[in-house]
Amino acid sequence: MSPALPDGDPAPADGALPRWAGGSGAPQRAFGVYVHVPFCTVRCGYCDFNTYTATELGGGASQDSYATTALSEIELGAHVLADAGLPAREVSTVFVGGGTPTVLPAGDLARILDGLRDAWGLADGAEVTTEANPDSVSPEYLRTLADAGFTRVSFGMQSAVPHVLATLERTHDPARIPDVVAWARDAGLDVSLDLIYGTPGESLDDWRTSVEAALATGVDHVSAYALVVEPGTRMAVQVRRGELTLPDEDDQAAKYELADELLTASGLRWYEVSNWARERADGSVAACRHNLAYWRGDDWWGVGPGAHSYVGGPLVGDDGDEIAGVRWWNVKHPRRYATMLAAGQSPAAGRELLDAPTATLERVMLGVRLAEGLDLAELSAAGRRAVAGQVAAGLLDGRAAIGGRALLTRRGRLLADAVVRDLTD
Amino acid sequence: MTPIPSAAETARIQPAATAPELLRNFCIIAHIDHGKSTLADRMLQLTGVVEQRAMRAQYLDRMDIERERGITIKSQAVRMPWVLEGTDGTRTPYALNMIDTPGHVDFTYEVSRSLAACEGAVLLVDAAQGIEAQTLANLYLAMENELAIIPVLNKIDLPAAQPEKYAEEIAGLVGVDPESVLKVSGKTGVGVEALLDRIVETVPPPVGDADAPARAMIFDSVYDTYRGVVTYVRVVDGKLNPRERISMMSTRATHDLLEIGVSAPEPHPTDGLGVGEVGYLITGVKDVRQSKVGDTVTNALKPAAEALGGYSDPKPMVFSGLYPIDGSDYPILRDALDKLKLNDAALVYEPETSVALGFGFRVGYLGLLHLEIVRERLEREFDLDLISTAPNVIYDVTMEDRSVVTVTNPSEFPGGKIGEVREPVVKATILAPSEFIGAIMELCQTKRGDLQGMDYLSADRVELRYFLPLAEIVFDFFDQLKSKTRGYASLDYDVVGEQAADLVKVDILLQGEQVDAFSAIVHKDKAYAYGVMMTGKLKELIPRQQFEVPIQAAVGARVIARETIRAIRKDVLAKCYGGDISRKRKLLEKQKEGKKRMKTIGRVDVPQEAFIAALSSDAADPKDKGKK
Ligand SMILES: Nc1nc2c(ncn2[C@@H]2O[C@H](COP(=O)(O)OP(=O)(O)OP(=O)(O)O)[C@@H](O)[C@H]2O)c(=O)[nH]1
Ligand code: SF4
Ligand SMILES: [Mg+2]
Repeated sequence: MSPALPDGDPAPADGALPRWAGGSGAPQRAFGVYVHVPFCTVRCGYCDFNTYTATELGGGASQDSYATTALSEIELGAHVLADAGLPAREVSTVFVGGGTPTVLPAGDLARILDGLRDAWGLADGAEVTTEANPDSVSPEYLRTLADAGFTRVSFGMQSAVPHVLATLERTHDPARIPDVVAWARDAGLDVSLDLIYGTPGESLDDWRTSVEAALATGVDHVSAYALVVEPGTRMAVQVRRGELTLPDEDDQAAKYELADELLTASGLRWYEVSNWARERADGSVAACRHNLAYWRGDDWWGVGPGAHSYVGGPLVGDDGDEIAGVRWWNVKHPRRYATMLAAGQSPAAGRELLDAPTATLERVMLGVRLAEGLDLAELSAAGRRAVAGQVAAGLLDGRAAIGGRALLTRRGRLLADAVVRDLTD
Repeated sequence: MTPIPSAAETARIQPAATAPELLRNFCIIAHIDHGKSTLADRMLQLTGVVEQRAMRAQYLDRMDIERERGITIKSQAVRMPWVLEGTDGTRTPYALNMIDTPGHVDFTYEVSRSLAACEGAVLLVDAAQGIEAQTLANLYLAMENELAIIPVLNKIDLPAAQPEKYAEEIAGLVGVDPESVLKVSGKTGVGVEALLDRIVETVPPPVGDADAPARAMIFDSVYDTYRGVVTYVRVVDGKLNPRERISMMSTRATHDLLEIGVSAPEPHPTDGLGVGEVGYLITGVKDVRQSKVGDTVTNALKPAAEALGGYSDPKPMVFSGLYPIDGSDYPILRDALDKLKLNDAALVYEPETSVALGFGFRVGYLGLLHLEIVRERLEREFDLDLISTAPNVIYDVTMEDRSVVTVTNPSEFPGGKIGEVREPVVKATILAPSEFIGAIMELCQTKRGDLQGMDYLSADRVELRYFLPLAEIVFDFFDQLKSKTRGYASLDYDVVGEQAADLVKVDILLQGEQVDAFSAIVHKDKAYAYGVMMTGKLKELIPRQQFEVPIQAAVGARVIARETIRAIRKDVLAKCYGGDISRKRKLLEKQKEGKKRMKTIGRVDVPQEAFIAALSSDAADPKDKGKK
């Protein structure tokens, strides 16, 4: 099952946030919206996302009414932000994820996007992405999305090797990938492919095949994630029983390095530890801006069951205390989510008010992972002292450090969590 | 007629007013678990000193740790009345003083103190087990003290009991007629009345000079939170009276007697203690060292000229480092040791520091069970989490320049030109069914044993006597002996001297830095095995670092074993689900917590748990050593 929600404080029933303390000035941060679609036709063996198959769901919260329910949260969200005194901001990025958003009719996704327009307005040049299953899209479907205002689609390709897909219990035919990419591009959408490395039984050559297949489609964006076998998944059971053997860390490291080499050689550049995008003529990359917003600590509203939201400060609590940010998360189950909204309640299950040191810790934790690096001024004195050691160890880039930024080397990217621990001492 | 005295009879056996002829002082001795405390229970009941409803099994085992482990650690003395009817029908009341003793070899010193307070000993033998190693050791001690021995077979209720067979065995050993060996069950109470009668008949009454200046031998001294130090004495001559001023003959220190009494088994203040009586004194001192076991108590105003022969303090035989897992607990540990010491004269310690483990103490113990018990009491009574390093013995190292270094901690083993290393040697007695002779000999051989002799106790039971290095026993000898003899062998040992041996110190180095807690002194032939074992274990336990870490075992400058922890290549979480940053941050915070608890050896971060795991798994688990 999906990971438990964090421990936090209860969230108020009306979803009210601490008040914006920034006066009339609008936050410098971008505002994004994440929409979670918690449905899949079947559950993959390694999956611990908050998603439900029709059988798991058992009635009470149908996919048909989901768009309507989500729209009611969007409406609530517009009020909550306004009531907190936050100056209005248009949505600059939208990301529809899951689950499998494309199990919904394209019209439903379009309606949700319309709802966002009504509630907050979409900024000019907004990036609007949906995740998609290569199985469940057609040229028409993709065209409908593009017409509705979607600009980008991210396919869960995972692998090009049949036995790896079989172990992952992914049902799509790898031969379809070039087709769906072509359809999406014909429809005018930017395309990203998601890959997974380190599946039990995957050889280094299998992985090379997958990366090369992804590159052969000519996409501008690739994400590559190491497989993590989460407790409670079917795959975890198979591993425990010895039916599957996990590759070791060294194997995963080798695959990461191979991917980085192949992608870089094809003109894609890493912009975040697990994300690569095509370098444009002006040196910028075709990054997923929504993704970047997470790592940069921008504000976003997460719509849907189990979705997380974040609004940074300056905020002020009831007792007048300064709050550096508020994060909240919705109830996980679609049925409960729907009932709460139907009752006019906020679906938030809990929240966390961040104090300044915690917010800083998060900024470092997230910011270090970006190719733009982290401003060393964000670090504590002890953290800055640790930089030299990390440069000496080959984990941080020396030139960037001299220029005032903490920037991971390739080896450093693989050891990013260790670097973060050191920098946040 | 009841053997419980009437009021008139009771008057004749009042403390401080009992004629020595009516006193009987005895102890119960046996191999561990042969049923001493259970037999004592029946005696407490039959003599009426503990009421039926207050009774519980092993009544005299009062410490939590004794009750949990089902073993006796401290001797307990109890005064009990008993009436014997003569052939002519005359009834004579007696005051019996019974001491229940521990059976485990580590606490032999407790037994020997108790013996000095008695004229007789009940030698108890489990009728299903027969004579075991500590049976012999304790019998020997009792004979040395010229005590009257009453051999008794216990547990005759057990289906597996073979009373006839073992009666022969024990009779042969003590030199009596097999018919005279009493057969009892501490569990059902069968035969216990007869045993009490036998005690009165056989154990000689104490002899002393009632008119001489008072002399009483201290045989135990216990710290009690409420009462301060409680001193247990056996009066030899004269009389001790309430509220008088007493003097300790070794130090000439004087104290006022705040309370004097007998244990029955609760403390009962009395009008004093007379010749031959056993009881307790309270003077208000706070430190057992002011009331030392073996010292003689006399009257301050009318002191005796000569002290009674004392005992020597038990010598610690086994040393080990003791460290708080949380370094900030060090002061608590220091206070806790000071408190425990009040109760345990055998405990010695001094501060030491370890690179791997921080601040702690080097503690000397009587043996592995003593180590385990001290540690457990510290953890339990003072709420501490502790780690102890692998136990070692004392070595005397003579350098080529003739200077001598005494080593209680392997990391102090000198590095220069060594002439000779001497290690303590024990005389070990192993009793086992004869089918295991081969296996035992083989084991002793690998443990550098030297066979001294072998005797058949009966057709199928054999006693083997060996000289063995104490260090080998301290390691895992006992476990191996048990497993090679399917649990049938029993072991007793006594340090008898020392011998020169070809010993070396093996150091463990992490990236070239010595990890002091893992240095060990081992026989030259075993250095390699130790090195391979320890480097292998640390390789498994120490997490990979950002660089390669060599782990070496070395004797002096010579590396004898080597492992390498490869550099870590990946330490990054790929993804954040739906922006679940809280989860990721909490993980980070947890990792950072973990990092704080790391010890840094050179540049290598080692979680303390790794050291602990490496240390605890190889110290043979002394827990079962409490039991045979
Ligand atoms: N069946 C049976 N079991 C007995 C008898 N006496 C003692 N036991 C059992 O033997 C075990 C050991 O008894 P203890 O009285 O604690 O033995 P101990 O000699 O005092 O042991 P230590 O003080 O540790 O040396 C316990 O489980 C008792 O219940 C007996 O007469 N019959
Ligand atoms: S498609 Fe994605 S979300 Fe759905 S079950 Fe598979 S892995 Fe999980
Ligand atoms: Mg006992």
